[in-house]
Amino acid sequence: MIARTLVIARREFAAYFATPLAAVFLVIFLFLAGLFTFNIGSFYERGQADLRPFFQFHPWLFLFLVPAVSMRLWAEERRTGTIELLTTLPFRLGELVVGKFLAAWGFTLVALALTVPTWITVNWLGEPDNGVILCGYVGSALMAGAFLAVGACISSTSKSQVIAFVSCVVACFLLLLTGFPAVQDFFNGWAPRAVVEAVSSMSVLTHFDSMVRGVLDARDLLYFISVMVAFLFMNALLIDWKKAL
Amino acid sequence: MSLLVETRDLHKRFGGIHAVRGVNLRVQRGEVLGFLGPNGAGKTTTMRMITGFLEPTDGSAWVDGVNVALDPLRAKSRMGYLPEGAPCYPDMRVEEFLAFIGRARGYRGTELKARVERAIMSVNLSLVRRQTFETLSKGYRRRTGIAQSLLHDPPVLILDEPTDGLDPNQKFEVRSLIRQLGKDRAIILSTHLLEEVEAVCTRAVIINRGTVVFDGTPAEMDAKAPASIKVNRLDHVFRELTTGDVPGGKP
Repeated sequence: MIARTLVIARREFAAYFATPLAAVFLVIFLFLAGLFTFNIGSFYERGQADLRPFFQFHPWLFLFLVPAVSMRLWAEERRTGTIELLTTLPFRLGELVVGKFLAAWGFTLVALALTVPTWITVNWLGEPDNGVILCGYVGSALMAGAFLAVGACISSTSKSQVIAFVSCVVACFLLLLTGFPAVQDFFNGWAPRAVVEAVSSMSVLTHFDSMVRGVLDARDLLYFISVMVAFLFMNALLIDWKKAL
Repeated sequence: MSLLVETRDLHKRFGGIHAVRGVNLRVQRGEVLGFLGPNGAGKTTTMRMITGFLEPTDGSAWVDGVNVALDPLRAKSRMGYLPEGAPCYPDMRVEEFLAFIGRARGYRGTELKARVERAIMSVNLSLVRRQTFETLSKGYRRRTGIAQSLLHDPPVLILDEPTDGLDPNQKFEVRSLIRQLGKDRAIILSTHLLEEVEAVCTRAVIINRGTVVFDGTPAEMDAKAPASIKVNRLDHVFRELTTGDVPGGKP
């Protein structure tokens, strides 16, 4: 079962590198991560040996870059018709869904791993708390995973990668914003209190921020993992549902 | 002879459209079944239900004794399938693609290599093995699609228009291959070409508006045409069965 999942993951992972997508994505990600950290985040001016300015922009960076990674996962299979080939091979639906997700996640982890020189730099300049930084990386990886699961799920509903991209940006944006006052107000007027609280605890930002501060709370981990599981489960349901249409 | 493919009262509705209306097929080992019908008659939909890509609205499909809906994994491992239009991954090389299919079918190492080699040889892909799909002609894509369906040596082959887009020489090669493969397998192939039925099929099934209107050998099909028709006799029978209006035929 794991072997078959890896067969899918391997093909999908290679597919990123078969087109210029991988190079473009990695260059833009590293460029923007550097720009945000050193220029906008005032990395040097703060005079503190940590990576807060680096992580603090990740949600906004991922908001636009992660949907670019996830948009092709299913939409392209539908457009080229290869979904017919894929779903008539002896794979379980779960293996396909998880395999594709793992490939996309693996790819974003490569991007994240390429920022390690920033970590080395801060160690060279001062004496940062490396535990906090590691926690930030874990948070960042989990957030990317959550966005990717949302994106994979949305990609399975459309033949068009553009629609998949735009819908995913909007969905991830909502997931980021649910913690913000404006969104709270929107629900406050009419929704029951439990819903309002549920909505605010759904925000990626709150959970990510605490991890960047170095707090490794089981609730934050649980949050990211549940987002991933929920959306991947929905992804599988959507694929299965289309079969019966 | 053993029964390898069976559909029992297969139905498919897409919203208000009743595309397949109670199709019953039985294909034995050693049979090559030509699946004929006008565009939109329900050929592809029926094949998609046999391969498990679509769920039937009613009825069931069985492959080598396995119910496709109840045990899809086992059913899928017993058949090879060439989907309509031979879809492929544009950025993948022919070799890589076949190796991926092989891994998906559970082969590793030398066994995988040997199977990919054999598949490449069986449909003459050596020249293009390192090319990506987007650089291939329609004929080569179709042949890679056939190679992929043969990789695991399945007892059942479902081929949706296997010779579409091939030139006469390639058609000849693929037809000889299908005839040869059909000896110890059950093959269902859909086609628009009635000459193909005579060339490779042991049986022909004509479907029109979702219902089977003819099921018999090519010779039986030929016998349905009046003696006065000298050329294109199968065409005549096909038109009569699927449109009911044949110039110079019965009113």
